[in-house]
Amino acid sequence: MNHLATNFYEAASVILFGIGFMNLLLQNNLIKKFIGLNIMDTAVYLFLAAKGYIFGRVAPILTNGVVDADYYINPVPAGLVLTGIVVSVSVTAFSLALVQRLYKHYGTLNMDEIMKLSREEEGE
Amino acid sequence: MAHVNFVHNIPFFSIFLAMFCGIITPLVKNGRTARKIHGTMVFIIMILSAILLLNVSENRETFTFMMGHFPAPWGNELRAGPLEALMALTFSAVMFLTVMGGSEFIYKEVVPEKQNLYFIMLNALFGAMLALVYTNDIFTAYVFIEINTIASCALIMAKGTAQAMVGTTHYLVISLLGSGLFLLGVCILYSITGHLLMPQMKEAVVQLMATGDYHFPLLVVTGFMFIGIAIKSALFPFHSMLPGAYGAAVPTSSAILSGLVLKSYIILGIKLVYGVFSVDVMHQLKIVDVLFVFGLAGMVMGSLYAMRETRMKRMLAYSSVAQIGYIYMGIGLGTRIGMTAACFHILAHAITKTMLFVCCGQMVEDSGNKEQIFYLKGAGLRNPLAGIGFTAGALSMVGVPLTAGFISKLYFASASVYAPGKMAAVLVVLAISMILNALYFLPSTIAIWTPKKTEVQEKPAPISVSPAFGIAVVLFIVANITLGIWYRPFIHIIEMGISLLQ
Repeated sequence: MNHLATNFYEAASVILFGIGFMNLLLQNNLIKKFIGLNIMDTAVYLFLAAKGYIFGRVAPILTNGVVDADYYINPVPAGLVLTGIVVSVSVTAFSLALVQRLYKHYGTLNMDEIMKLSREEEGE
Repeated sequence: MAHVNFVHNIPFFSIFLAMFCGIITPLVKNGRTARKIHGTMVFIIMILSAILLLNVSENRETFTFMMGHFPAPWGNELRAGPLEALMALTFSAVMFLTVMGGSEFIYKEVVPEKQNLYFIMLNALFGAMLALVYTNDIFTAYVFIEINTIASCALIMAKGTAQAMVGTTHYLVISLLGSGLFLLGVCILYSITGHLLMPQMKEAVVQLMATGDYHFPLLVVTGFMFIGIAIKSALFPFHSMLPGAYGAAVPTSSAILSGLVLKSYIILGIKLVYGVFSVDVMHQLKIVDVLFVFGLAGMVMGSLYAMRETRMKRMLAYSSVAQIGYIYMGIGLGTRIGMTAACFHILAHAITKTMLFVCCGQMVEDSGNKEQIFYLKGAGLRNPLAGIGFTAGALSMVGVPLTAGFISKLYFASASVYAPGKMAAVLVVLAISMILNALYFLPSTIAIWTPKKTEVQEKPAPISVSPAFGIAVVLFIVANITLGIWYRPFIHIIEMGISLLQ
């Protein structure tokens, strides 16, 4: 319990990850499904950003001549977050384009109904 | 090292060339020109990978290639040894033959304006698979996993039918669940080890195991990463995305996805086993046993699903589930010889399944685009070449001697002897699975050689087979039999590669 209180950012991000994961897995509405994907990815970025920041230190940009490494935070996690955001943007764009085409064809966003209609089409 | 060997640039150059071809392909509007660019690129990479393989296996060496300006603990690296070079060579050879044999499907089934886009995705996919084979940095691996996902989804939906879109959605959702888990695993692992490069990570993991710090997070991380990879590579019970996607896609896409893309994730997994977690840690955390059990379950369940299936392409998709089960079973043995068998099965399955999909696609097309096995009766007589290719592939899947499939099953069986406690399970399940394989492959093979009775015995209209398809099928069969007879050099290279990975 004590661990949860000291690592509350990480705990929150893992809970958010779970919410997003279950949404992506179980949600029937396709748009909400991919919102779940975004929650899941964002949770990971929160985790990285929280882990990457150490209280009282600053971004590693030399402004006042301090070269001691203890004064700065590690820039790599922030870089990873940026890379991850690019990845999740492209995946989201792709999935939304796909959802749009499915909607044009079937007229619904409900995955169950789409599966049913698709099976009927196949059976013809 | 002051002197940079020319050969050491090959891994980077291969990935770069594939990605570069993906970038320049939009400039050509014509699918056939795009196909030529793609074919040339894959052929060049095949030659380069062969040179790399000869070089590293002769010197028994493994090397890292620094990407960018920062050296080891901070920068990004590629790493190549005999195993990586062999996999790159296999991937490029299989890719070349598949696109050669399957290009007619692309021209017929993809809208003409979008054919060049299809090849962009194929180039990106190939680049991403090579990157997964060569990378030494775990976050780079994640990024290329996502590129792989998007490109493979685009290849599935290229046909543009509603079925293809539904299949793509299913594939996309399951894949994203897998990559999400992998990403979270990478982030937690990074936060407890402080490194992203595999060798440094391994040192930290071994140290953590020795001191007992972060034992629980480490367990969770291995769980996340291997479940992620298992989902991506469609290990049973995460296989539900395969049949819909492969059944609806262009046969060329199905062939590449099942023969190569699934394998690229498994190779990443093998690199994680040796490069990050080390075999001892895998044993201590019992991950190998979990993979072993799911592998065994997949071997049986995949075949059972395949037996129920009446449509040919979906049957092949379920058969892939069973074959992925074999590979995980080999990894799950937790011994070096088990891993060798698994790696050999990756080669054997890559060349066999792609041939099956291409021949199956051709027979379905000859039979009026009906893929139920009932309609495929006599398809082998209508198009003997596709029929022979399918038969050879089916025999290899069942494990008839002189084919590649036989050797991998032989090696699985002999590997089980060295894994105490697992031998009985492996031998029993292997026997059951081979019988089940025979039970669904032989009826479909007999069906394609049985003439339709109701058909009036008129001479069927001659079916034009493109010479490229013929050459590809012949080369596939030759490759399969080569692996089945002269398997020793391949096994030798795999063994050397695995010992150098450690």
